[in-house]
Amino acid sequence: MSDASERSRIKSERYESGVIPYKKMGYWDPDYTIKESDVLCLFRLTPQPGVDPVEAAAAVAGESSTATWTVVWTDLLTACDVYRAKAYFVEEVPNSSTEFFAFIAYDCDLFEEGSISNLTASIIGNVFGFKAVKALRLEDMRLPFAYLKTFIGPAAGVIVERERLDVFGRPLLGATVKPKLGLSGKNYGRVVYEGLKGGLDFLKDDENINSQPFMRWRERYLYVMEGINRAAAKTGAVKGSYLNVTAATMEDMYERAEFARELGSVIIMIDLVIGYTAIQSMCIWGRKNDTIVHLHRAGHSTYTRQKSHGINFRVICKWMRMSGVDHIHAGTVVGKLEGDPKAVKGFYDTLLLTKLKEDRTTGIYFDMDWASLRKCLPVASGGIHCGQMHQLTELLGEDVVLQFGGGTIGHPDGIQAGATANRVALESMILAKNEGRNYIKEGPQILKEASKECRPLQTALDLWKSITFEYASTDTMDYEATPTRSAS
Amino acid sequence: MTRIQQGAFSLSPDLTDAQIKKQIEYCSKNKFAIAIEYTDDPHPRNCYWEMWGLPLFDLPDASAILYELNEARKAYPNQYIKLNAFNSTRGVESTALSFIVQRPAFEPGFYLNRQEGKGRNIIYTIQSYAVQSATEGSRY
Repeated sequence: MSDASERSRIKSERYESGVIPYKKMGYWDPDYTIKESDVLCLFRLTPQPGVDPVEAAAAVAGESSTATWTVVWTDLLTACDVYRAKAYFVEEVPNSSTEFFAFIAYDCDLFEEGSISNLTASIIGNVFGFKAVKALRLEDMRLPFAYLKTFIGPAAGVIVERERLDVFGRPLLGATVKPKLGLSGKNYGRVVYEGLKGGLDFLKDDENINSQPFMRWRERYLYVMEGINRAAAKTGAVKGSYLNVTAATMEDMYERAEFARELGSVIIMIDLVIGYTAIQSMCIWGRKNDTIVHLHRAGHSTYTRQKSHGINFRVICKWMRMSGVDHIHAGTVVGKLEGDPKAVKGFYDTLLLTKLKEDRTTGIYFDMDWASLRKCLPVASGGIHCGQMHQLTELLGEDVVLQFGGGTIGHPDGIQAGATANRVALESMILAKNEGRNYIKEGPQILKEASKECRPLQTALDLWKSITFEYASTDTMDYEATPTRSAS
Repeated sequence: MTRIQQGAFSLSPDLTDAQIKKQIEYCSKNKFAIAIEYTDDPHPRNCYWEMWGLPLFDLPDASAILYELNEARKAYPNQYIKLNAFNSTRGVESTALSFIVQRPAFEPGFYLNRQEGKGRNIIYTIQSYAVQSATEGSRY
């Protein structure tokens, strides 16, 4: 006589112990009807040689929801079909025989309300190391209206930030203090004062300016506030400088943020490397303390740049708008850093529109209503200069912070002159655009005209006119690939 | 001497009426309502300048707005005047463009008052020289 445990073995074919293909476990359903409340994901999938792409898609669905590698009877204690993610469509990536797009639907109840960490622990938790796929990339997500409503979104965002700063109808202008490292607090504040006096709205700390031996954070904050207030009195305009509060612990970050607020700073800054939970915490802090939160996307290129594996930056844009950052670095197209023009347009649209429409040429794969979450202001930073103003205006629009670091501080006649050159170049281009002139074609001419009344602009144009960054993009679009454009 | 940097075009040379007209036409084309505002207290935190009547909704042409602007200039020849354009589109519902169209002949600027606080903390207060020296309406 067999013992009791053997007698009670489950006899259903589906729940027979052992290993069965994921697509037969309920993770592949080509007839699935998408619910309005589902979270949808698009993965770019490179199966191992010999692996059926549909099975690979089902495996991704399985491993990012309920499955483990073998059948477990405890599934039967749950309404397991609801919790299984369903791969519902697989198609070949254009111009590739090894990559596939896999669409997967997840029930909303798989995710904790208002938690980016929980959402990502599921969606990107385990699957990216899965042996059956050679490479995997999360290309886009459709977050349902109901789930978005559990997130705070930017406290200020584009509209409220403009009202607080009293700047309308033109991009905001900023600059990163350079050199990145080594300045004393007093010298650092000088750069802030000169730049703001010259016409910038913001100066900013760089991502790796925290509290190093050459300049501790309190020293920096105190001198920066002197620079800001001096410049505000000198120019009669609201001025700011992003005080980076990134630190080793939440306690340290809160301490730095409290001090920034106490000194009257309108804005604080955090780095993406602090992690999703810390970002959400700091956004809540910002909301409670009337402080704009700037996010530097430090570290993102480690996983966003390669086309076959990682996370597309447009997904990071979605998570960060949900988390509630008011600013995020989102590319310049023409500058020194990676950025295909169509891809960057997709990032900007993701951050700024109230509703997204599927448009594969810009990498938007799903219709999505942002559920009134405020618009997150994109920041363009890295190797841009005033001679590119017509291209920047065309590619990036009005709702952007243009940050010229070297392009301000590297001006031969000083920081104030550099700031003024950028501001006058920007004003001339917005004036021309509004007047209906063909500013894209006439850009260099418009700048030249403006420089007749502005010596610093003339000097800057002469110095940087031939600086370009002409490299093909790594992260290109599947439906229309274009090389990175640059100034000519 | 100070030149206050508020508004979209304040570091460029003062706009001519022809240039202002083109910006008004841009606003009309985008269905923005235009408001004329003036003040003799351009403190950076003074977000409520006096309104020259209500914003001009649904105006047919730019010259009507220019006419109003010139009336305001006649009434307040030595104050700051700006044009604000409002965009009522859902998701914006705020100012879409704002720029100065008149400045006083002399802009005295602002005084930065520093009050020594705890530790090295300084409490800053920005005050307008013009506001301190005269009463409202007679500052320039």
